Amino acid sequence: MKKGKIFILLFSVILPNILNAQEKINTDNWLSSPGIIGTFVLIAIVMIIAIVILFVKLNGYIDSMKRRQINSQKLAFDDELIALDDADIDAILEKRKAALKYKLGGNELSGHALASDDKGLIQRIENDPNNAYFDEKKKTSLSLETPLELKKIIIYYIGAAILWLVLGTLIGQYLGMKFVWPEMDHQSWLSFGRLRPVHTNMVFWGWSSLAMIGLGYFVIARTSNTKIYNYTWAWTAWGLINTTIVLGSLSLMAGINNGGGEYREYIWPIMLLFAIGLVMTFINFYKTVATRKISEIYISNWFILASLIWTIVLAIIGYLPFYQDGLGETVIQGYYMHQGVGMWFMTFTLGLVYYYLPSALNKPIYSYSLGVLAFWTQMLFYTMIGTHHFVFSPLPWWLQTIAIVFSAGMVIPVVAGSTNFLMTMKGSWNHISKSYVLPFFLVGTVFYFVGSMQGSVQAFRFTNFVWHFTDFNVAHSHMTMYGIIAFFLWACIYAILPKLTGREPSQVLVGGHFWLAFIGLFAYMISLMAGGTYKGLSWIEGNAFIESVILMKPYWVWRAVGGSLMFVSHLIFAYNFYYMVKGYANMKPSVSAKKIEEITV
Amino acid sequence: MLNFHKEHKNLVLTAGGVFIALSILIAIVPAFQMQGTEPIPDEKPLTAEEREGLHVYVSENCMACHTQQVRNIEMDNVWGSRPSIPSDYFYSKKRMDVWRQSPSVLGSERTGPDLTNIGIRQPSEDWHLLHLYNPRAVVSASVMPSYPWLFREVDSASLKKYDKVVAVPKELFNKPGKKIVASYDALRLVDYLKYLKQTELPGGNVNDFIPALKKIQAERSESQQAGGLDGAKLYSQVCAACHQDGGKGIVGAFPSLVGSAIVNNADAEKLIRVVIQGYDARTDYGVMPPFGDQLTDEEIAAILTHERSSWGNDAAPVTADDVAKVRQYVEMELNK
Repeated sequence: MKKGKIFILLFSVILPNILNAQEKINTDNWLSSPGIIGTFVLIAIVMIIAIVILFVKLNGYIDSMKRRQINSQKLAFDDELIALDDADIDAILEKRKAALKYKLGGNELSGHALASDDKGLIQRIENDPNNAYFDEKKKTSLSLETPLELKKIIIYYIGAAILWLVLGTLIGQYLGMKFVWPEMDHQSWLSFGRLRPVHTNMVFWGWSSLAMIGLGYFVIARTSNTKIYNYTWAWTAWGLINTTIVLGSLSLMAGINNGGGEYREYIWPIMLLFAIGLVMTFINFYKTVATRKISEIYISNWFILASLIWTIVLAIIGYLPFYQDGLGETVIQGYYMHQGVGMWFMTFTLGLVYYYLPSALNKPIYSYSLGVLAFWTQMLFYTMIGTHHFVFSPLPWWLQTIAIVFSAGMVIPVVAGSTNFLMTMKGSWNHISKSYVLPFFLVGTVFYFVGSMQGSVQAFRFTNFVWHFTDFNVAHSHMTMYGIIAFFLWACIYAILPKLTGREPSQVLVGGHFWLAFIGLFAYMISLMAGGTYKGLSWIEGNAFIESVILMKPYWVWRAVGGSLMFVSHLIFAYNFYYMVKGYANMKPSVSAKKIEEITV
Repeated sequence: MLNFHKEHKNLVLTAGGVFIALSILIAIVPAFQMQGTEPIPDEKPLTAEEREGLHVYVSENCMACHTQQVRNIEMDNVWGSRPSIPSDYFYSKKRMDVWRQSPSVLGSERTGPDLTNIGIRQPSEDWHLLHLYNPRAVVSASVMPSYPWLFREVDSASLKKYDKVVAVPKELFNKPGKKIVASYDALRLVDYLKYLKQTELPGGNVNDFIPALKKIQAERSESQQAGGLDGAKLYSQVCAACHQDGGKGIVGAFPSLVGSAIVNNADAEKLIRVVIQGYDARTDYGVMPPFGDQLTDEEIAAILTHERSSWGNDAAPVTADDVAKVRQYVEMELNK
């Protein structure tokens, strides 16, 4: 009411002035003349106030009616109580007393009959659970009979991979701390420049590659329903790849660097060992698939075989010297470093997921054709986008434009792949809360979509403008190599190892691994993304360069914190692995399975 | 018809063949094209020493944090007067030896500044050596690693004539009778860094940067119209690397400007001369390189006015005309 009055007062003062200000008076658009509008407003104010008052009054009247009704009901209830007999009152009180004292007997649902499983439905009875405080996850129900030789290969590949994971991320963590304390050490072998490629190459070629190949051996043998073509070659390749990483890391620390191009830092004689390892692995896989006992080639094998052949081509093109002087090297660098990620890690890991995800859920993949589409588009689009690492560089504008356009085209394989995985999980969501494997798959799938799409978006010229050269790139590469590849690999390892060895890791420790890695990755990513954005904006503003270093300092601290969590999760993972494979050779499968030749997938 | 679902040979051949074809198209052909570029007429090849320096640069993997590419966008204008072009890399990007390929100097991460033009921006050998020995001696907020293994600790008595002594501040190195001497590798690395200069294109550099945000451009043209250059900002970009943000310099390496007689002299001629021509009159400090070619009269005036009115200094401002006059004297002297 008061406000309304103030309004009226204001208008009555201002209105005459507005009217006076009007110089020419005409009737053309009378509705929009200030006087008319003012009048409408005034009348409207009065009407609104009137309506408000009407509602308030009406409300008050309805309230008083209700109150009267309730009062009369209360009086009637009182009268009723007074009119009751003493005996009736006692009966009511006794009934209530009995109700309050009632306790469940414990056999309301089962009855008194003795428990017996006449139809053999119960698989497992747990009288003494692992822990009383956490939700018990489902145990692996199936144990697979696998040739001991194959088991040994898988376990040794994964074991070596884990060694490199722990060592490689320890180095990464040390590098992250150097941003906060640049004077940590004064050893040439441990300096930032030399150690950075040691970290990246170790987690690439050591951890991810060995784990992928190890898991691949199982998929190839199982989906071809046959034995691995040649076990000796598998061991030779294992030795070659591990030698590559030992020699490569030592030479980088000694200052022998191929030229500083990312992931091409090992000199060719060392990388040659890796390439020979890949060729042997390829022939071994190919021959195994060629002698398969079912006519169809499962989609996983498409991805795995192709990723091997693509990576062999890639390594050859990346290291041949004929076209690498001047910016020729830069073209190849863009091509090589992007395809290293896209054709090797991503393609191979997708192949693994196409097997391990449906097998963990015990149902087929949602759409086989969608997988085939993802395969061909992966080849077509991923190959073309290397130069998006050099947007605005002196490389030809057309090459940059192709890279940007095809980066956008990456939507097709990524959406096809992530839709396929999510639709496979659909209907089994309740399994996720009951399984320790599926959360890893879910996180990997979500990051597959988010990380890849973020990469495509980052290739656009405007986003490149802000983010290129900043720490945002580092965040992106961890989102993909860690969020996608590492999480998928963990999912596959936790899915298969207990089936091979018959020993399941403690569920609390698997949970610890999952949450520390997940939260650590988030802290790592978010801090570098935020810091990287501010850094880019500071450059655009034209501030002195050192200001962008100073503003990054708190974000580098949070990155180091995130990195520490990730590293701790790897130690837990290493222990879980140890627990799973301890004494695997003497383990008897818990359920006697059929011979491998008789099992079809 | 190819049946990829059942014929493994066709599947692998097709996947491999198409990938090779695409790779030739997107990588090998453009790489050959880019390799065919020729040097700019005035571009200087690396000397043997500078090339050795480049090898140290690769060994220490400096490209992990430093780029060498001026992109064609406005914000990169601070790193060079024109965008980089393929010919800029004609001499530096060659295969190093049988074992190592052409160095990836373009880089992908700018944790430290771009080095395309570091030879012009920072021509002082003393600064580079001290900076390599301990970056925080000259840039307190730096996160760059120190490279002590590129230096030797030597007895003052056994100093050779050709030894290059690094003027390390006492807080960082204080051993009586000992000196820090630059190693062969450190000197070559600095040779290489000083070599890094953008070659001017024949007919002058054309500034064809893609403009940045409109706001900055508007601000820039405004400040140019008003004729006011930001002396403090220029100082922090050009001078602070040695003389430090507070003007205090570094004892034993770069003299303090606070209360300096030259800076505060009522007649600014000497001061302007030092900036234009450089200065090497004092053995207890490093050599000051000349900045006459790098800065305009207006810029020098703005910087000196800032120096003369900051950190407790109190002297009259310097105008662009003053600088122009001194520049004329200097040129006359040189002509004689």
